[in-house]
Amino acid sequence: MSKEKALIFELSQPGRIAYSLPASDVPETSDLPQEFLRETPAELPEVSELDLMRHYTELSRRNHGVDNGFYPLGSCTMKYNPKVHEDVARLAGFAKIHPYQPEDTVQGALQLLYELQQDLAEITGMDRVTLQPAAGAQGEWTGLMMIRAYHESRGETGRNKVIVPDSAHGTNPASASVAGFQTITVKSNEKGLVDVEELKKVLGPDVAALMLTNPNTLGLFEEEIQVIADLVHEAGGLLYYDGANANAILGIARPGDMGFDVVHLNLHKTFTTPHGGGGPGAGPVGVKKELIPFLPKPMVEKDQDGKYYLDYDIPNSIGRVKGFYGNFGILVRAYAYIRTMGPDGLRQVSENAVLNANYMMRRLEPYFDLPYKQHCKHEFVLSGNRQKKLGVRTLDIAKRLLDFGFHPPTIYFPLIVDECLMIEPTETESKETLDRFIETMIQIAKEVEENPEVVQEAPHNTVVKRLDEVTAARKPVLRWEKK
Amino acid sequence: MKFRYLPMTHKDHHEMLQAIGINSVEDLFSDIPKSVRFQGRLNIPEPMDEYSLVRHMSRLAGKNASYDQYVSFLGAGVYEHYIPSVVNHVISRSEFYTAYTPYQPEISQGELQAIFEFQTMICELTGMDVANSSMYDGPTALAEAASMAVAVSKKKKIVVSRAVHPEAREILLTNAKGLGYEIVEVPFVDGVTDLEKLKEVADEETAAVIVQYPNFFGHIENLAEIEKIAHQHKGLFIVSANPLALGLLKPPGQYGADIVVGDAQPLGIPASFGGPHCGYFATTKTYMRRIPGRIVGQTVDEEGVRGFVLTLQAREQHIRRDKATSNICSNQALNALAASVYMSALGKQGMQEVARLNVNKAHYAKKRLVEVNGVEDVFHQPFFNEFVVKLSRPVKEVNAKLLEQGIIGGYDLGRDYPELKDHMLIAVTEVRTKEEIEQLAKGLEGLL
Repeated sequence: MSKEKALIFELSQPGRIAYSLPASDVPETSDLPQEFLRETPAELPEVSELDLMRHYTELSRRNHGVDNGFYPLGSCTMKYNPKVHEDVARLAGFAKIHPYQPEDTVQGALQLLYELQQDLAEITGMDRVTLQPAAGAQGEWTGLMMIRAYHESRGETGRNKVIVPDSAHGTNPASASVAGFQTITVKSNEKGLVDVEELKKVLGPDVAALMLTNPNTLGLFEEEIQVIADLVHEAGGLLYYDGANANAILGIARPGDMGFDVVHLNLHKTFTTPHGGGGPGAGPVGVKKELIPFLPKPMVEKDQDGKYYLDYDIPNSIGRVKGFYGNFGILVRAYAYIRTMGPDGLRQVSENAVLNANYMMRRLEPYFDLPYKQHCKHEFVLSGNRQKKLGVRTLDIAKRLLDFGFHPPTIYFPLIVDECLMIEPTETESKETLDRFIETMIQIAKEVEENPEVVQEAPHNTVVKRLDEVTAARKPVLRWEKK
Repeated sequence: MKFRYLPMTHKDHHEMLQAIGINSVEDLFSDIPKSVRFQGRLNIPEPMDEYSLVRHMSRLAGKNASYDQYVSFLGAGVYEHYIPSVVNHVISRSEFYTAYTPYQPEISQGELQAIFEFQTMICELTGMDVANSSMYDGPTALAEAASMAVAVSKKKKIVVSRAVHPEAREILLTNAKGLGYEIVEVPFVDGVTDLEKLKEVADEETAAVIVQYPNFFGHIENLAEIEKIAHQHKGLFIVSANPLALGLLKPPGQYGADIVVGDAQPLGIPASFGGPHCGYFATTKTYMRRIPGRIVGQTVDEEGVRGFVLTLQAREQHIRRDKATSNICSNQALNALAASVYMSALGKQGMQEVARLNVNKAHYAKKRLVEVNGVEDVFHQPFFNEFVVKLSRPVKEVNAKLLEQGIIGGYDLGRDYPELKDHMLIAVTEVRTKEEIEQLAKGLEGLL
């Protein structure tokens, strides 16, 4: 059944082209010395325009996106990406403008950024928002650099540790390292929440911040958030909110009201901007007023005459974190989403996302181990332990789901649950889709008992079967070579 | 109110509550303490229907001066180029743009193969062995290159030319504060890195020497000499390169670069007010296992059929957590796809041709513009598609007047370099016609 697809280089025939460049209307120059020029051209493909389109169309057919089918990838919020956003982001007045044009010529773009800063501040309950970070991880780093600058400005240079729960995303400790902090991991308790007693043990004058995802990666709300916030603040630390799971709380609870000092959002999760096969995303960061002096520059401001401008005059700024003003094209899409949904719509988004997740969780509970029994928020975690005892791993279950046209849930994360499946349906899926997925999971659970081979040997009808990842890493082939 | 993105009906709602065994969706939020529940209604504008939204967005867009209405000579890291129509058609296929990172290779072969092809194309252009699947943008890719150099060399000093993009140097400074390395800037002389000064500061402590190619002023740096200086004390040699220029210019890999980074924006990606663009990162086999970000590798499936997977993941944050040297997780895959389609469309011939057109147009423009009274030729170095002139009036004033004539003028270098007050950086790409260059010359004649 497996089918190989030719590389574009393998389709190449000397002499074919797929471009149309303007003819030269100026004289050829000889001012560029030969010594600076290539001796041999870059070995790029030579194809016709139709060959090119067929190649990429065929590649697209070998790819699964949200528009192809259900994509319950936990913590990634794979919701529908509205088509009108794609249209408006491509308007010439947004796509064909240069970041260094005079401010007078980009007032519409600056207005959009300014209003988005305001909206996201309101949604998160923070005082100011920077739109510069390109992604969640970059937002984390930006936030931590501000936390560092804040402590240093108060002469507290000894605060070099950041606490993260053991259920945290991998980017949290990695961002802490890149920002120059050491990471302390605190264990979760039997309810899957931060163990407050454990937290108390590690809090001290060397702690800069606690990074928390709430609801956490198990999909559970940290009920003791206020106690946690008070403890961290009493110890002189700050609270960082990883907004990867903000889809659960829009209009319902705000990180700013929970005591968080710094927040990042993933616009490509909660605010419908497409994931793009890995990006681009956007990771705006909101802060409470104590941290405003440290925001990256520039910020978008509005003067008394209603004119928008870029403010570079931020003397204590941590500096710049990304080129220009952030991933503007992505920000346009998120802005359009907020304008489409309004306050009640956003709240309904979270209510439906949470209802969908709980419905799936309760219907699947009889067939798979459910390590944490309380209501979940927008996602939940199952364990494949019961199936593992019968010789079928969670990886096999994930691969079997491919045969039914589903993208599997996130697997083997968070690290604290064995044989973990992390399921996030989102609010944009219909009940029929959820039911189909549930029935399929139940069928797979039965197959594990009755006919485990069919699961262990899955997938059966994808364009390739399971791939040899070990050899790929041991003997890396990372590019095509001309024979 | 009903929303087209929310399919839940009253019936669904009711059935789901029943299945869960609760009376109200409110019960699902009972674990959120009352004191932190948001009691009000978000103070954001009321919802818009689709038509009103499009009108609203069009009006905002209409307040901006776009390339469609103006003739632009603005570059400085972001360029207006010809984008083949196929680029947008391919990246608009929702199988690509509505997917995420290809964690499940069996149903992500399209994306994985496209990235593998992208990696190959970047290697071809840069002359390097290995490239990753993309970074956020050129400037952050440069900061990642510095981080990697510090990590592999275990030295703490980065030497960077002042002829590197000012924003890239700013990000480098922010990054250096976090990782605790030192940055030493090297001045330029006649618009290129001062090699004598570079020799003085590059020493045993130096983790890497960083230059840009062509540099911020458009000039072609002497990579052969800089390589010797960088490697003399066993530091790494990092080059930030415009990939479009590499269609014609000798690739940094051939000069012995250890890391080549840059932004693929010139390769089919719209300016979009500065983002999203697409950083790229390439290095040698030696450092293959130290590269940040996602990498795709070729392998075979159980039946021996060729396929592609994310590989060398032991480097990455989700495995190494606090031991990872980079925290990057998402990247700019869709824009990397756009760049791949561009490179496929232009191909072996087109990439040379477009680069050559840029050189010819920019050289013609410079010759024409320095004939204008009040426009002074200041640097005398080989250049690609950008050059610097000194004007007899402040750049800001001149640009305001040019705008009235439908021209977006060049970049005001005085913003970043006090010594280059009244100096304008002018970009002339293949899309500028001789007539438009004449228009700029005439415009300047009337102003200076």
